[in-house]
Amino acid sequence: MERRLVVSSSPHLKSPDDIQSIMSDVLIALFPVALMAVFLFGYRALITMIVATFFAMATEAVILRKWDLFGDGSAAVTGLLLAMTLPPAPPWWVVAIGSIVAIAIGKHIYGGLGNNIFNPALVGRAVLVVSWGSYVAGDVWLKPVPFGFTADLLTRASPLINTKTSLLDLFIGTVPGSLGETSALALIIGAIWLFYRGHIDWRIPGGFIGIVFILGLFDGGFTTGVYHVLAGGVLLGALFMATDMVTSPVTPIGKLIFGVGCGLVTMVIRLFGGLPEGVTFGILLMNGLTPLIDNLTLPKKFGEVKSNA
Amino acid sequence: MSERTFVGGIHPSYFKESTAGMPIAPAPSPSQVVIPLHQNIGAPCEATVQVGDEVKVGQKIGEPQGFVSAPIHASVSGKVVKIGPYNHPLGSPVEAVFIENDGKDTPFEGMKPQKPLEELTPEEIINISKEAGLVGLGGATFPTHVKLSPPPEIAIDTVIINGAECEPFLTADHALMLERADDIVYGLKGFMKALGATKGIIGVEDNKPDAIASMEKAIAEGGNGYDIEVHGLHTKYPQGAEKMLIKATTGREVPPGALPMAVNVVNQNTGTAVALAEAIKTGKTLYERVVTITGPGIKNPANLNVRNGTLIKDIIEQCGGMTDDARKLILGGPMMGLAQPTDDVPAIKGTSGILILTAEFVKDFPIAPCIKCGKCVDVCPMNLVPNFIGSASEKGNMDLAEKYGAMDCFECGCCTYTCPARRPLVQWIRIAKGEITARRRKQ
Repeated sequence: MERRLVVSSSPHLKSPDDIQSIMSDVLIALFPVALMAVFLFGYRALITMIVATFFAMATEAVILRKWDLFGDGSAAVTGLLLAMTLPPAPPWWVVAIGSIVAIAIGKHIYGGLGNNIFNPALVGRAVLVVSWGSYVAGDVWLKPVPFGFTADLLTRASPLINTKTSLLDLFIGTVPGSLGETSALALIIGAIWLFYRGHIDWRIPGGFIGIVFILGLFDGGFTTGVYHVLAGGVLLGALFMATDMVTSPVTPIGKLIFGVGCGLVTMVIRLFGGLPEGVTFGILLMNGLTPLIDNLTLPKKFGEVKSNA
Repeated sequence: MSERTFVGGIHPSYFKESTAGMPIAPAPSPSQVVIPLHQNIGAPCEATVQVGDEVKVGQKIGEPQGFVSAPIHASVSGKVVKIGPYNHPLGSPVEAVFIENDGKDTPFEGMKPQKPLEELTPEEIINISKEAGLVGLGGATFPTHVKLSPPPEIAIDTVIINGAECEPFLTADHALMLERADDIVYGLKGFMKALGATKGIIGVEDNKPDAIASMEKAIAEGGNGYDIEVHGLHTKYPQGAEKMLIKATTGREVPPGALPMAVNVVNQNTGTAVALAEAIKTGKTLYERVVTITGPGIKNPANLNVRNGTLIKDIIEQCGGMTDDARKLILGGPMMGLAQPTDDVPAIKGTSGILILTAEFVKDFPIAPCIKCGKCVDVCPMNLVPNFIGSASEKGNMDLAEKYGAMDCFECGCCTYTCPARRPLVQWIRIAKGEITARRRKQ
């Protein structure tokens, strides 16, 4: 019998990376952040992360009617990222609603993976902030106690820029705040993995963090600049949220503009706005501008400018 | 040295181990060859022999019909038994000359040494390359004498020999650079003289240090007065693509839609340089070439000197046959080669490799939506936006595909290789290019 040969159009080789492996890499990168959150805020942080991730994956499974919970891994990433933006221990049903909104309204209303305009995790967070603000913002912050499984509730508002906090505490993460945002150390370790695997490049985080630092510098000098970078959600936003592939530009210049834009809006809200923190809305606003940025920053074709160097 | 490169590109696994450094072995002479009368970009040839004619090795059997074309020569001695259409590597059947091999290998007496290079005029070199049937042996098969005849207003100052061999698996050029370095230098000098070029560059990827050393030695021994350099290039696909190679070696960027001569450069493949050297030194016509037979699906990989018109199935048989899990037969490399529906197809001038892939390489992936990761934008050597062109073509919006630069794509396939959503980007771009070309023709 004659052998049957497969005929297809070239190329005949395929990179081993696929969507699932990229999403798995993001989860791996979030692992040190998650570990730090449990270390700082105890088992309640773990429960928040599990609830958020589970409800995100379950919502996706129901909408797609695919009962392989992990699927391409994107829902798990959305759920875990949402948890990272929340206080350590909101009521479980608030977390669940956040995840359901993130997946159903943040993602599938637009047609699912790849088609959403806004970062789904931030859509979930934005809805929670607006609708259940008393649970996810305000007097909900736990005092981090390493290995302390009985962390106390702080009775003051989110201390964003409090120059009495030491820079070392901000770097390590032993300050009150959202689950995933307090430890700069853990976030940077996670991001190094994503850089190493080639899933993010320097432009978005560089533009974002750079402009936050520069504006902080103008606001109150070098130390204030560093505070603005380390405190609040800037690192989490710049390294893990703004770099969301679907909702950020694909062109090199576009990525830089996008990053700078995120940082700019964040700082305008922080310095002049009514909210204590501006990362969420900074990124969401720039998400909306992404298609426009892409189309205005198409790269120059090879050979287009100089014909003879 | 290895900073010499271009922006973009990919680093696939190279799989060259199985044949790298293997000597070029002669392929046993087949009992019959089927020589297609169309083996170059441009016009086909018409047979100059008839059924029943006796032909000798190297004798012309096909006469070009047009300027952009090259004659075709017999690769065995024996009797013409049939002239008719037969399978062709590019797809539809093409008129071919069937020659029954008498096994005597009687050389054609018309193949005589020419004057030494020093005494040849540019016109004579161009004519020698034309009569010997030279075409670009990298795979594009553009007739060499046409490349050597640029319009008079264009002065070529540099000839680049492409020894990058950036396609994974292939090692034919590597083998030539090890064994025929002196002929490559000789051929390059011939090209330079024909074009009046003052500079010769041999570009080699730095994963072949032995080839770089071999070429440098040959230049020292046979360069006599010609300004020839070897450039070690960063190992990255598609380093051997015409425009990328020119950028890496000279820093010049060929404008969109233009040919290398727009920046005063002509590229030639290593195999073509060897063929020119042979045509001058011995009068040999282009009736055989080095082919890499490789891939996990072949039992005994090799670099073989294959006669034009040898059926691929005969070559595969000589190499021990296909393994049981062989699934795909590709002529050329894995990035730009053409998959064949059958092994009953002749090897032609453009056949640089015979690659057989097994089931583990031949998987069917579901196509996911674009997640806009931008990896295709990062790897595109032409700085295009393959995701946007691909999506436009997928939706049938060819105007948009054209606006995003579909026509500037040279189909290296980096985008499809790298896409994590397994989207067939370059395939969609090909469809767009076809439709845009058809529409332009209509207008």
